[in-house]
Amino acid sequence: MKFSIIILGAPYTDEAAETAFRFAQATLKKDHEIYRLFFYHDGVHNASSLMTLPQDEVQPTSRWQQLIEEHQLDAVVCIASALRRGILNKGEARRFSKPADNLLAGFKLAGLGELVDAALQSDKLITFGPCS
Amino acid sequence: MILHTVNKSPYSSQCLSDCLPRVAPGDAVLLIEDGVYGINCAVSLSMTPVNETILRLRETQVRFYVLREDIKARGLDDHLKGSLFKPVDYEGFVDLVGNADKVLSWY
Repeated sequence: MKFSIIILGAPYTDEAAETAFRFAQATLKKDHEIYRLFFYHDGVHNASSLMTLPQDEVQPTSRWQQLIEEHQLDAVVCIASALRRGILNKGEARRFSKPADNLLAGFKLAGLGELVDAALQSDKLITFGPCS
Repeated sequence: MILHTVNKSPYSSQCLSDCLPRVAPGDAVLLIEDGVYGINCAVSLSMTPVNETILRLRETQVRFYVLREDIKARGLDDHLKGSLFKPVDYEGFVDLVGNADKVLSWY
């Protein structure tokens, strides 16, 4: 079965991203396909390459990155949500003359059309909402 | 069949009481994150409107679940005893989504 997952929460703000990650792991363990991960609203912070943590702590962003790489997942970060929260890839950083880019490898910036496509192409679409 | 997920405590949010009136016969309700504090609904001696709704919905084949990991994380294991909510793990969560036509996330 094809699943798509919408993640609306940032790491450390609420549990949405944690729950979504564990749900994604369980989905793959049960041999379902993940058609798309869609990081939206504050969920875009999960794709920041600059989040810096003590080494002995869970690394929420690189943990997503590993899952995406290992299973070749399509991980889309909403471009409008991302830009206004300071998550930029090389192209956008250049376009807006910003001093740095910080989109983790494995994630891509795209528009809401990708969410509509996920809703149409997937058997199941589930949203992990934030606390506020 | 719609799977309704609720991720906020009924003691601090209207999430659960907003969700319940929209639950149709045969649907399933799953409490996750702080939503699992709702496990205490329908077991307390005082009948609140939420308790009454849950008991009434159970008679229309609505099934109630809680995410076991989130129950454990909050030290609520003891509350599972005699509860109307059945514990599921993440794989059970995936099965519930797989069996539902749609998922409605209340947050």
